[in-house]
Amino acid sequence: MRETPLSNCEREFILNFIAQQKRLDGRNAYDYRDLRIAFGVSLGCCHVELGKTRVLAQVSCEVGEPKQTRPHDGVLYVNVELSPMACPSFEQGRQSEEGIELSRLMERCLKESRCLDMESLCIVSGEKAWHVRVDIHVLNHEGNILDCASIAAISALAHFRRPDVSVHGEEITIHTLEDRNPVPLSLHHMPLLVSFAFFSQGKFMLVDPSSKEEKVMEGKMVVGMNKHRELCTLQVTGQMLLLKEQVLRCSSIALTKVTKITELIHEALDKDKQARLKGEKHGFAMLVSGDRVTANRLPTTEVKVDTLEISDEMERSQSSSEDGESQSGNEPMEEQIVATPKESAVEILTKGVGVIGEGGTSTWLDIPQADSKQTAAKKRKHKLEKMEEGIDDEGSSEEEEKVILK
Amino acid sequence: MSSFTVVKTEDLDAEQEKGSACVLRGQTSDLGCLTRQDGSVSLSQGDTTSIAVVYGPAEVRINKEQIDRATVDVVYRPKVGLPRPEHRKQERILKNTLEAAIAANLHPRSSISIIIQETEDLGSNLSCCINSSCLALLDAAVSMNFMVAAVTVAMKENSDMVLDPMKRDETEAKSVITYVFDSMKLQVLTIVSNGKFSRAEYKRGLSLAREAVKSVLQFYRESMSKKLLMSE
Repeated sequence: MRETPLSNCEREFILNFIAQQKRLDGRNAYDYRDLRIAFGVSLGCCHVELGKTRVLAQVSCEVGEPKQTRPHDGVLYVNVELSPMACPSFEQGRQSEEGIELSRLMERCLKESRCLDMESLCIVSGEKAWHVRVDIHVLNHEGNILDCASIAAISALAHFRRPDVSVHGEEITIHTLEDRNPVPLSLHHMPLLVSFAFFSQGKFMLVDPSSKEEKVMEGKMVVGMNKHRELCTLQVTGQMLLLKEQVLRCSSIALTKVTKITELIHEALDKDKQARLKGEKHGFAMLVSGDRVTANRLPTTEVKVDTLEISDEMERSQSSSEDGESQSGNEPMEEQIVATPKESAVEILTKGVGVIGEGGTSTWLDIPQADSKQTAAKKRKHKLEKMEEGIDDEGSSEEEEKVILK
Repeated sequence: MSSFTVVKTEDLDAEQEKGSACVLRGQTSDLGCLTRQDGSVSLSQGDTTSIAVVYGPAEVRINKEQIDRATVDVVYRPKVGLPRPEHRKQERILKNTLEAAIAANLHPRSSISIIIQETEDLGSNLSCCINSSCLALLDAAVSMNFMVAAVTVAMKENSDMVLDPMKRDETEAKSVITYVFDSMKLQVLTIVSNGKFSRAEYKRGLSLAREAVKSVLQFYRESMSKKLLMSE
């Protein structure tokens, strides 16, 4: 699917708004959106939400041969996946320009900053070494994927534990997790990326651009830094020239942001550790609270099946499952429509809500139900005519609604 | 050897509160958890979680266009590494199951694409994927002939059955069967099995799964009606 382009009108509006020192979501120029870091049950699984942007990172490992050029080092792979999941304009399988830029920057941030001690990943020099793999999945694209991905990747690396290994002469043993506690990777520091968007020839600058701001920006500067004020990555893209003062100012802003985010990561790691120690429930399932309208929670349910019932049902299921096989295909729609007028008891819960997924007649629109069998046939005829004329409104939507409620 | 993730056993045991074998683990759903898609849901069954999103009915690529029905596209995305043949197989199973459920002939020359991201596979992953994609379809308000719901049953060596097995149960079991039912008549839609089992065992599993699937369907209904009733 193609990306919907931003209209000129909207573009100008956003630019004018920025010129007035305002942002669409009411943030100040140097504000980040809300950041939420969560860890999964498996080690090295991290989920980061930056506003509505969501990224999932998973660290995994395997034992393999080290690179010929670096026989004493382990290997770190960084893989950024931009799939249609995040945004309909991303294509499956094919890396876009944006995707390549993203994965290159992430690789530079993680590998070239030497944050991970590669030598500690070596088992036998030149023969066996750990290959650590970081998979970054972008789940939702609402701007500034890069910062979100870098936070997720570094938190996942800090959270990850690899199985312990011992070497006795020629013999290498990889200990199971029950045998020996898994060991953390040695992470020297935490490089994080902070993006700055520039507008009107670098006159205005925003931190953490949203997707709309990203569409209208003239240029972008990415600063990779750790909390010790060590610059790890710097990249400027777009058609603009920057003054020395601007770059310096960006780096000092980046420092404050990085310090704050690093603190947050440590806090999240600590909280997760505490929960694990106490044996409390943790992981993604805990993120969902039943308070919100869109979220629901069902406690563990026991399924009661008596032994007698089973033998009873066995015979029934025998016959019904054979029926099922013959009927389980996609039933033609015509049959479905004809079957609708059969008066099934539909309990109307409230306005607009039928009995979800239990079939029966439509409760979405007030349609006289009495002669629906005939009208359905008529309407189909009408619809065909209408479609030719190009005014296809009532009939089709009504038919659709009926099917939804089945 | 392929890349593997590390899961501590004591973490898995944390409050699993799985007393008897005939228990469905706790489920949570979060409808519309993402913003760029037509429908999205993050579903968890115990510790196993997956995120499914739906686009559609939308514009279709010309080489995939079907003149009488919508093209259903399913993409399964593993958490670690690139998709391998086993994931393609899973994609295929999901596609065949969902194609039966979606009323594709209502939307000719369009595409309905479903993307499923594995976020945590700790047992009964396939049923979690099927259930999450069905909820995502409901969230996107795609017309369906019926809903689908899946339950996994593992058979142990001593022919004991474990409903909704965890990863450990799955590896210890001699066979694992995933039953997929439709919501209208609770008829079998898809069976995915692994390992050896006898006919009697299959039938026992079927009746257990059929009983269990009712609570999954009830959960769908609760989640949907909560959203529809309260978001007015």
